[in-house]
Amino acid sequence: MDMKASKKKLGLKERYAHLTRGLDWETSYQKMDDVFPFDKFEGIKIHDWDKWEDPFRLTMDAYWKYQAEKERKLYAIIDAFQQNNGHLGITDARYVNALKLFITGISPLEYMAHRGFTHVGRHFRGVGPRVACQMQAIDEIRHSQTQIHSMSNYNRHYNGMHDFKNMIEKVWYLSVPRSFFDDAVTAGPFEFMIAIGFSFEYVLTNLLFVPFISGAAFNGDMGATTFGFSAQSDEARHMTLGLECIKFMLEQDPDNLPIVQKWIDKWTWRGVRVLSLVGMMMDYMLPKRVMSWQEAWEIYFEQNGGALFKDLARYGITIPKCVEQVTKDKEHISHQVWSTFYQYGGVAAFHTWMPSDEEMDWLSAKYPNTFDKYYRPRFTYWREQEAQGKRFYNNSLPMLCQTCQIPLVFTEPDDPTKIAYRESDYQGEKYHFCSDGCKEIFDNEPEKYVQAWLPVHQIYQGHCFKPDVDPTAPGFDPLAAVLDWYNLVDGQDNKDFNGSEDQRNFAAWRGMATRND
Amino acid sequence: MQMDLRTVAIKPLRQTFDHVARRLGADKPASRYQEGTLDLQMETNFHYRPLWAPEFEIFDKRRTAIVMADWYAFKDPRQFYYGTYTLARAKLQETAEGDFQFVEERGLAELLPDELRQLAMEMLLPLRHVAWGSNMNNCTMSDYGYGTAITQPCLYQAMDQLGIAQYISRLGLLLGEPEDLDAAKAAWLQAPEWQGLRRYVEDTLVLQDWFELFVAQNLVLDGLLYPLVYEHFDRFLACRGGPTLSMLTRFQNEWFAESSRWVDSCIKVAAGESAANRERLEAWCGHWLERAQEALTPLAARVFTDGAGEVMAEILEQFRQRLTKAGVGGGQ
Repeated sequence: MDMKASKKKLGLKERYAHLTRGLDWETSYQKMDDVFPFDKFEGIKIHDWDKWEDPFRLTMDAYWKYQAEKERKLYAIIDAFQQNNGHLGITDARYVNALKLFITGISPLEYMAHRGFTHVGRHFRGVGPRVACQMQAIDEIRHSQTQIHSMSNYNRHYNGMHDFKNMIEKVWYLSVPRSFFDDAVTAGPFEFMIAIGFSFEYVLTNLLFVPFISGAAFNGDMGATTFGFSAQSDEARHMTLGLECIKFMLEQDPDNLPIVQKWIDKWTWRGVRVLSLVGMMMDYMLPKRVMSWQEAWEIYFEQNGGALFKDLARYGITIPKCVEQVTKDKEHISHQVWSTFYQYGGVAAFHTWMPSDEEMDWLSAKYPNTFDKYYRPRFTYWREQEAQGKRFYNNSLPMLCQTCQIPLVFTEPDDPTKIAYRESDYQGEKYHFCSDGCKEIFDNEPEKYVQAWLPVHQIYQGHCFKPDVDPTAPGFDPLAAVLDWYNLVDGQDNKDFNGSEDQRNFAAWRGMATRND
Repeated sequence: MQMDLRTVAIKPLRQTFDHVARRLGADKPASRYQEGTLDLQMETNFHYRPLWAPEFEIFDKRRTAIVMADWYAFKDPRQFYYGTYTLARAKLQETAEGDFQFVEERGLAELLPDELRQLAMEMLLPLRHVAWGSNMNNCTMSDYGYGTAITQPCLYQAMDQLGIAQYISRLGLLLGEPEDLDAAKAAWLQAPEWQGLRRYVEDTLVLQDWFELFVAQNLVLDGLLYPLVYEHFDRFLACRGGPTLSMLTRFQNEWFAESSRWVDSCIKVAAGESAANRERLEAWCGHWLERAQEALTPLAARVFTDGAGEVMAEILEQFRQRLTKAGVGGGQ
């Protein structure tokens, strides 16, 4: 046989199909439904898994090669940044508080995404989506680890990050991002893909990742900037996967549309609530600001997202229904969330502060309809109080939303002077919500959301003290006992930036690095 | 000679994260493997039960019969976190790429005797489906497993097996035509000599105890299959057709030597934890070893005919030694 003559050259697509698609088979010693037990119960109908278009035809050998090259470069920069005390080049030490929010609130979620994508990467019946999800699963552990490694050196020099893993499991505001991801990974595989693959990674990623990484770039943090840029090509793959996934579901059966639409509505709202933390970070925590939260929302959601939903309209998908409310809220939420953290600065693992005059003017310019009218007076008052030595700390415990777990601090969409309260009755108990969106999510799946581990309830029930603590002892200080359980060091990790150890150390170290005295 | 380069010296407040320091027993500098692995998985205060498995928490120790006081007793002797993992694999793939190119450029595949080439394809190509089964099984272990120390390398193992499935497919495209891959799949589905192995793989795909799955897949099946194929069969081919096929399967060979170190260390730790664990592991080993032997014997017979018994006996002997070293006496 003359092999050379008969050998045909395969195209890239064909070659990839042979290397990947042909690997699976219809099992016969075990039922397919037992091998893939989870991809039917949500009611999504898939008739032909082979219709899945591979969004990127990446074989493992190419994956290892590209990713190793990226890792080599990234760690060289991280090493150089650490060796040269790169942290002293940031704008000012207030910036580090954005990183504290990141490592306590986001890096552990990258890990959860890793496990979540492993789950769906095992359990989808089609080879195409399975391989794509597995690659995202391994990318996500990369992101978790590169973030931890990049911020490791900050942890050596600044407070608030030292026990991030313990904190994400316990601290009250970190239950907001935590419960978001717990919600996604406990859902079925298709909902997970809409929740994380589509809503989070595609629709909202520019509002999460871009502000932090651009914030790092604007504030001289080469460490964080580098892991951000290094993750960019991974993120591009993840976005393509999310989009392919939703199109695939919609093209397979018209009955999938109402289910998918409900998930889009739910997860866009869940995502928007989590992003209120990012909004606060952008408007208040970055010494050198990138853009306002409102501007980011307008560019990344209203313009880019608008185009996306126009594209999906041909499948019958409509723009998420929360958008009307978010359009009103966008002028308020960052101020309301920062006000909350300022008050509760005694129980947060990062520092808070009141904006300077110059910063208040920036906020006025960015929020001409709302800042001067509703927020400047409050902030001016708090500044005066602080100047008189009466820095305000709220020591009460707030009521939390049963769904998003944010304290009930947001106002009515049409009345910024009135706190929004909603409630539902379920099996003889009353549940409280911050918004119509969160109430509706609960009402659709009450049996899920009643399970929520609500930090404030848990504190009242006595579950948030160390085991040897006796709450009946005379002079018992519950707040101190909770902080101790959080491993949040009072006077170091919390309270105002002014007078903090971070502030003092940074000034002293920068002095050593820039002066000869 | 040492140069005395100076940087501004700042005394850090701490050396590592608290959860890492607690495990190291003191606040001291930690490696990237440690900071990227230890205690990374959530353990408490889960918000909701999985809709798809409401009897369990999101991560739940009760998903296996193996009991550990500390699931971070498992350590990867290779110290793989994502960065070191991809660097190690990039190195292996660079060699493999060079080998494939060399064989292709020199037309070495065409120099193989026809019969030998056919035999190689017949025996090797269906193994892409076995690798794919292992990819799924290692995903299951990473999904249901407990503690990053063991779930992390399970995902790496899953990706490795996907890579292996793809290397075997490439070998098929190099030695033959796309139709040969289809023929190998048909053999996998129908040929009598492959059915024992296919049944083994399919039965593992529905195993619910992830540590039993680890034993059935990574320890037992790979522990017999890789020596059979990539040592004995490889030597058989090399004696008759030179090193071409060894070059095209070098990745599998080197990979197996490396990953077995990790597999053995996991077994050793689990078996060393308690007598109950050890007995459980021995029962699993006994059960799956018998099945793996049954599954692989017809394949050995196809190649080694009358010598198959001897080859299998040698492989089993080696494997039993491996088990004994890992503290498990499951070979009987």
